[in-house]
Amino acid sequence: MSDWIDIAALSDIPLRGARVVKTRAGCVAVFRTASDQVFALDNTCPHKAGPLAEGIVHGSAVTCPLHNWVISLETGHVQGADEGEVATYPARVEAGRILLDATRLRSERAA
Amino acid sequence: MSQNIIVIGAGMATGRALEHLFDSDADVNVTLFNAEPRGNYNRIMLSPVLAGDKTYQEIVTHDSDWYAANGVTCRFGERVKGIDRTAKTVTAENGDVLPYDKLIFGTGSNPFMIPLPGHDLEGVIAYRDLEDTERMMGLGADNKVVVIGGGLLGLEAAAGMAARGVDVTVVHIMGHLMERQLDEAAGYLLRKALVDKGIKVMCQANSSEILGTNGRVRALLLDDGTELPCDLLVMAVGIRPNVALAKEAGLAVGRGIHVDDQMVTSDADILAVGECVEHEGAIFGLVAPLYDQAKVAAQTIMGQEAAFVQKELSTKLKVTGCDLFSAGDFADGEGREDIVFRDPGRGVYRRLVIENDVVIGAVMYGDTADSNWFFGLIRDKTDISDMRETLIFGPAYQGGAPLDPLAAVAALPRDAEICGCNGICKGTIEDAIAGGATDLGAVRSVTKASGSCGTCTGLVEQVLAVTLGDAFVMPTAQPICGCCDLSHEDVRRMIKSQELKSMAAVWQECAWKTVDGCHVCRPALNYYLIADWPLEYLDDPQSRFINERKHANIQKDGTFSVVPRMWGGITTPDELRAIADAADKFNVPTVKVTGGQRIDLLGVKGEDLPAIWSDLNNAGMVSGHAYSKGLRTVKTCVGTDHCRFGTQDSTGLGIKLEKALWGAWTPHKLKLGVSGCPRNCAEATCKDIGIVCVDSGYQIGIGGAAGMDVREVERLIDVPTEEETIAVIKAMSQLYRENAKYLDRIYKWMNKVGLEWIRERISDPEERAALVARFDLSQTVYQKDPWAEHVIKRAETYQPVANLTLEAAE
Repeated sequence: MSDWIDIAALSDIPLRGARVVKTRAGCVAVFRTASDQVFALDNTCPHKAGPLAEGIVHGSAVTCPLHNWVISLETGHVQGADEGEVATYPARVEAGRILLDATRLRSERAA
Repeated sequence: MSQNIIVIGAGMATGRALEHLFDSDADVNVTLFNAEPRGNYNRIMLSPVLAGDKTYQEIVTHDSDWYAANGVTCRFGERVKGIDRTAKTVTAENGDVLPYDKLIFGTGSNPFMIPLPGHDLEGVIAYRDLEDTERMMGLGADNKVVVIGGGLLGLEAAAGMAARGVDVTVVHIMGHLMERQLDEAAGYLLRKALVDKGIKVMCQANSSEILGTNGRVRALLLDDGTELPCDLLVMAVGIRPNVALAKEAGLAVGRGIHVDDQMVTSDADILAVGECVEHEGAIFGLVAPLYDQAKVAAQTIMGQEAAFVQKELSTKLKVTGCDLFSAGDFADGEGREDIVFRDPGRGVYRRLVIENDVVIGAVMYGDTADSNWFFGLIRDKTDISDMRETLIFGPAYQGGAPLDPLAAVAALPRDAEICGCNGICKGTIEDAIAGGATDLGAVRSVTKASGSCGTCTGLVEQVLAVTLGDAFVMPTAQPICGCCDLSHEDVRRMIKSQELKSMAAVWQECAWKTVDGCHVCRPALNYYLIADWPLEYLDDPQSRFINERKHANIQKDGTFSVVPRMWGGITTPDELRAIADAADKFNVPTVKVTGGQRIDLLGVKGEDLPAIWSDLNNAGMVSGHAYSKGLRTVKTCVGTDHCRFGTQDSTGLGIKLEKALWGAWTPHKLKLGVSGCPRNCAEATCKDIGIVCVDSGYQIGIGGAAGMDVREVERLIDVPTEEETIAVIKAMSQLYRENAKYLDRIYKWMNKVGLEWIRERISDPEERAALVARFDLSQTVYQKDPWAEHVIKRAETYQPVANLTLEAAE
């Protein structure tokens, strides 16, 4: 079962940018790509815990600001020669509003 | 017994529905109402009429003979006043009451008028019907028109009027034209083509008011204060289904009149077709689905089984010389991949979006000859896994052996043009090679091939490879990154020579292979565009590394460091108190004195940045740009103020230099030092630019470094006055800004171009003055305190966009 909650307006996040959502277990980064796709991932790089929301968004990937690891926004997998994975959360846009699945946010973090 | 059919609205959908009924010899008796005083015409061909490519007579679909032959009672120029669904009658404007068996709504849509102040002035029109078109056709070379809306209709109106010599400006609120059908790259090419036609295009422009004199439109006022004078203002911002009559009659209505798959409304005897309907949540503005609906409606009336199915749609713009095509869904998404092809020479852009080995979207500009084939792949959901490698080149390249670019070049005839800029043919290059020009540089100097825009460099190299065989080794110019094949230098040359003023322009004209670059190329391009087009290009924070986006240095734990500027290393007790107060208030864990003679507050939380900046601003301090590829500090010694050896006022000069240069963006960080005497206490001789004061004046050196490489400056020039020192350093900074590769410090750049070349530029009085003028111009835009600006305009972007910890606590 999913529990979609309204987080913010799509326009609150710049094109090719990200903003952070605070949760009890840590921060989730919500990204907006050039084509208005929205993705939600843990705001923590698997390398040295860099804040991914501060990275440069290109295509459907983000580059960590600390050491340039590139992470796929779709899968959370680290791309290229590096290895690692970031948790992803369901996100969608409806009528210009960004929705996140609160059930998934809570359950995955509790696990 | 024949059915009485009443049709409300003579549009393209109802016209087609009637054709189907009469072609099937349906036993019907039709009355056709139309609010416009004429019958059916091909509304989508109004744009060619406006442009003068067609006449109204050529776009009439049904003439009076046709209506007569099919026994249609025409009531043109008459509206329907009301509908009595129980009695199944329609009341006309003149009071006639007509019975129906079936009623068809084809009321179309109304243009949406933005309720700006002044929208009801005379001379403010939509682009919808023949009256609007004729109004625009009445204009000529003496007239100015503003079109609000850079979508399909607005652009067709603009191009049609421009073809008549009218001075047209298009004002569009979004970042690129036709954003619903095109991506940024295709939008850029379209804009370029329209500008070539003499149309002015303003994107990201917000209209605030329509100004008038004596009840007539005079100008459009934008929210930035720009006034665009006009004799006519055309609003083409979209359409709304016309549902007023249906609503009044009590039919189910949402955005449009609700219909089922048979085109029947909530009343079983009333159907609706065209732009007035809403089917499964969708409304319709393009003609293809309207024709499908018309056919289904006709079949339903005749008692045949039929169902309307929504299909993939494609769009083409009817503007001569702008070939564009878009279809399907071209957003990025999970599991989707892009194939991008750009041919800058021909102005071609193609992008395919693939999901599960099926093409789901396509955007094409410049060469749309294959668009039908691609549209077929989308519509039929063809599995493209076998032709993936060559798919983007179109149907001509499917099947057969994969293409070898060298073989293709080898097959070219001698008179095939290789370099378009200089008109150099393959034969000329071959002759030059036979004459001893065996590398790219030699061919370029002998023939000029690839010497201008440089995009044919690859081709020239291939001619060399084919002609020389193994004797030729392809040079490996290091491209900026995997997104392109051009080096930094090539791209900078293109930006200047082709006047590329946006990121999308660079991507297209330099044949980028990705949709929107990567973390390597985007900051470089953003810098090049800022440096070369300070007035035209708008800085893109999303293409900047976080430090320059948030104006603070990110630390390993994600906190930031904050360094206020201390001009020339001079501070005051008040400033120090304010810094101490800020450090206390925001629990700054570490306060450190930097090598550049200022104070660093380390460990500030991202959310606190605007607040701490605000406190420092209030004490008169601004950003120290300690995070930037730009001017950092001007380190000084105390000079003649206090020192017994000082020869000049080194502190004063340092402060003047810092006040002149701060805020300027440079290829890499820029550090200066001014020492008051050759004892060099400010360590000026290992700065990017270092000044050593002597009795006779100022010795200026460049290219010092004290990082991974340690280097002493080389003497550039000696000058007698402070004033001239400042001019030389401004000119030097501008020369570096305009020519160096992104992330090259001055010493690296100097190794490439040579100190002598730099000295010649700076020593020439005219060149120096021109460099200073360009530097000053850029500073009018970029010399501003980013902290103050972010405190006012962007403070909320530093906060989380939502906080679920609060929600969970409830």
